[in-house]
Parts: sequence; structure tokens; C-alpha cells
Amino acid sequence: MTCPSELADRLVIRKLQSFHPRALQAASEFRGQLIGVVSAALIRDICDFLRSDPELRFDFLVDLTAVDRYPVEPRFEIVYLLRSMKTGQRLCLKAPLTGKDPRIDSLVPLWPAADMLEREVFDLFGVHFTGHPGLRRIQMPDDWQGHPLRKDYPLEGDR
Amino acid sequence: MPDPLLPPPLRSESMTLNLGPQHPSTHGVLRLVLELDGETILRATPDIGYLHTGIEKNAEKLFYSQVIPLTDRIDYVAPLSNNLVYCLAVEKLLQLEVPPRAQWIRVLLTELTRINNHLVWLGTCALEIGAMSIFLYCFREREEILKVFEAVSGQRMMCSYFRIGGLAGPIPLDFHHQLDLLLKILPERFDEYEELLSQNRIWLGRTRGVGVLTPEDALAYSISGPNLRASGIAHDLRKAEPYSGYENFDFDVPVRQEGDVYARYLVRMEEMRQSVRIIHQALEGLPEGPFIANAPGIVLPDRDTMKTQMEALIFHFKLVVDGFAPPAGEVYLPIESPKGELGCYLVSDGSPRPWRMRWRGPSLLNVQVLSKLLPGHMIADAIAIIASIDFVLGEVDR
Repeated sequence: MTCPSELADRLVIRKLQSFHPRALQAASEFRGQLIGVVSAALIRDICDFLRSDPELRFDFLVDLTAVDRYPVEPRFEIVYLLRSMKTGQRLCLKAPLTGKDPRIDSLVPLWPAADMLEREVFDLFGVHFTGHPGLRRIQMPDDWQGHPLRKDYPLEGDR
Repeated sequence: MPDPLLPPPLRSESMTLNLGPQHPSTHGVLRLVLELDGETILRATPDIGYLHTGIEKNAEKLFYSQVIPLTDRIDYVAPLSNNLVYCLAVEKLLQLEVPPRAQWIRVLLTELTRINNHLVWLGTCALEIGAMSIFLYCFREREEILKVFEAVSGQRMMCSYFRIGGLAGPIPLDFHHQLDLLLKILPERFDEYEELLSQNRIWLGRTRGVGVLTPEDALAYSISGPNLRASGIAHDLRKAEPYSGYENFDFDVPVRQEGDVYARYLVRMEEMRQSVRIIHQALEGLPEGPFIANAPGIVLPDRDTMKTQMEALIFHFKLVVDGFAPPAGEVYLPIESPKGELGCYLVSDGSPRPWRMRWRGPSLLNVQVLSKLLPGHMIADAIAIIASIDFVLGEVDR
């Protein structure tokens, strides 16, 4: 794991490392915002842990979105912005996914708010959320081809 | 064996009804698929997407400063709040300090925007519940606010008045006078609305105990802003994570415990009065100084310097042609918009165009919670609940 030494003793980092040895892959801080790169395969367990841990209580899903790093692989980053109503702290989690058949566990069982947010990422990035109760397009028409927010999808001209 | 003399037992099944996209109470193009048992709603599925304009995709092809006019068009009822969150996000990325005068005017104008938004909300909400005159009164007062926006920015609705580093220009000379008149009438008019509604038996009957949102559900559905505060959770980003100098202002955060349509109404009424308080303080304590940061290479030089100084002319040319490139990184910046937590998540790759701009609007989540709030209610209550939750379809779809 790559983690600057000044971040190593943060509570949330220590907790995540003790939760699962492979949970946290890297951590950084930019403009006062803590960013953790986490294992995509463990995302639901990690979020469940962060949500229910009595000291952390990251119980508010602020936002769920994705970033396309095309042509770099792993291409997609699924971004989870969490906030703790108890401590007021914010946390940004990023789960990297490869461009070939990107899949990740749905968070709808933890937060019903994730429903439409995940549908939006599915629609605009083509990332599949396993366990989502009704994964279908939300903003584009149902018969639309392609995923508009991907970087290889041109803004104008032929697709 | 059934009695041959009695009629056969009634076979009943649920009915599916489309509410919208043309229904007047769905504020534009929201479709709700309702599954009904008689007049009772069993299930509600919101269907959005009619107004998707690809603003996030468009932003990836523009310079940072060119994105500002797009943000107005997301939530067109509260354009200046959108300008503010975008500018603050870019300023956080650049670590750019905004002069106090610009911060004060930003606070002042976004609080006016809050009143503007709540007036539109109150007017349409009352109209849908059946109080026509409130709608006309609210739009009469809103017109006065739009006149202030026009005087300041030249635009009534799509203001685009904030810039990265400050404001687009100085405030007009008669700004104080204009606002004094406005601030005098607004509290009286709020009293007038409350006299018409708060004790009105029809209003109470249509709103009290209707569409109750529990605090647990509010958090699970990521509800923020006035809807959250009407469910008993005192969370306001202006207090919790102050931005743009809000820590210097004295105001209360109204909270109600009931979580119903009436509570959401009362919270918003009180918020408008608190906004008037903030505007008074901002006007009285308005610091002197520049309206935009002195940051060559990021902020356009003013016209006079540009015409007399060679360097200013070069900076102007370079900025217009090449833009400016913030360091690579990513920021998320939230503000308390009239509808709830409005956030801008910006990813920079070190080029002059944002690699990704994500707009976290409260409207999408407000629409989503309808599927939780509507079941068990009658269709008539559904209209009141939809009206009370406050969303704008431009921000739902972006």
C-alpha cells in the first residue's frame, strides 16, 4: 500500500487497514480532502464497515459517480463521497475498475439513495452494478447505443 | 359452493397510472408511474431523463472559465448558487483567495437567490394545493428580486455574475437603495403569506401529517437542506462547513420535528426571514476593496490596464486563447443551496479543461425519495407531497 507517513496514523486509515489487509490500496490528501483508493471487489464490505463502525459512522452517502481515465488502465474509478453525520468528516473513496466488462457491487442494500446514482453511472459510463434491483438507463433513451460520458465517446460527430 | 343467487365476488387488481410528463404539478417533465389500488398509491416509480442536456460532458471540452454560463442552466431557479459552487470548487483547486468584498456580495446575492427559490417553491406549492392568489403574490415579489439581479448582472435569470476569483463587475451605484426598498417590503409580505396559509384550515388539512419523512429515511435517501431540517436534523452546511465567509454572519437554522408537508413549509418560510437577516448584515458590513482577486494568468485584467499596459494585454490574450491550467488533482466542494447540498466534484489532469465535472444536485435525490414518500397516500396527497419536496428538473437530469 502506498500511503504518505503523515496519513498513516489517521483513524480511518488505521481502521481500514485492520478491517482487511487488502481493503486500502493507497491513500492521499489533496486540498485537505482525504482520498482512499480501495479494492473494488470489497467495496460493499468496506462501505458497510465504514457506515456501522461506532467511531467513524460514515453514514451519509453524499454522492456516487465515476471518472473515466481512458486510455490509462484500470480505466474507471468509481467515486464514493461519504460524510459522517456524527463527526462531520468527509471521505472520498475510489474503486478502480478495468475497461473490459467493468463490474462492481451495488450499494443499494446499504443506502437506497444509491439506486438512481448507480443507474446514472451505468447509463453514462457503462459500469455494471451487481445486485442492483433495477439497473436500466435513466437519462438516455432505453434504445441508446454507447455511454456518453466515456472519454472515447465524442462530443460531436459520428460515434 | 358459491351461492347462485349472489353476484360473483368482485375481482380487483391494481391499476397503473402515469402522472406526467404533462401534468402541471410535475414542474416540467417528470413522469411518475403510479400503481394504484382505487385511489391509494401502492407504488411510485419516478421516470426522469427528458431534460438531459449533457452539461457534464460539455464542460469537459471548455476552459474552466467558460463553464460558468452552463452552470446557470442547471438549476435555473437558483442560478447564482450554481455559479458560486462552481467558482468555489475551481478556487479550491487553484487555492485562490477571494477578496472579502466579493465574498460578502456573493453571500448577499446567494441569500437573495434563496428567497427567490423559496418564493417560486411556495407559489407553485400553494398553487398545486389550490391557493391561486399566493402564487401571484410570490411571483410579484420574485419580480423585484429579479430586478436586483438584472441591475447587478444585466440578466434576470441566467446571471453568470460570479467569476473565478470574484465577481464579473462592481455592484451598481444605487444597489444599497434598491435593496433597502426590497428588504423593507419582504418581511411584511412573508407575514401576509403566513396569514393566508399558516392557520388556514384547508392548508392545514392538506399538509399536516401528509408525506412524513422520518429522519432515518431522510439520511438513508441522502436528503439534505430544508427537507432534512423539516425531519428534525439540524444540519446546515453554512454552519457545519462555512464557505465564502458565512462564519461571519449571525443567523438561525430553523428545524421542525414533524417531517410532513407542513413542516417543510414552515422551515422554508423561516429560512426566508433568516436570509433577510443575513442580507441586512452583509449590506451593513460590506467591506471596501476590489471585487475580484489580483491573480494574473487566472483573472482577466480590467479594460483600462489592458489598454495601457503591455503585460496586461498579453495576459488577456493568453487567458482567452489558452485558458489557465490548475494543478492535477480533485476537489469536492459542497454548499448549502436553497434545495439542499449542492456539490461540485472537479477532476483536473493539469490541462486547461476539466477532466471531469460532476454536479451533485439535491434535486435528483429529492425526486428519488418520492418512491418512498408516496405509497400509502391518496393521489391528491401525492400532488401536495411532490410540490413540497422542491426540485427542478433541469438539475435532476443536467
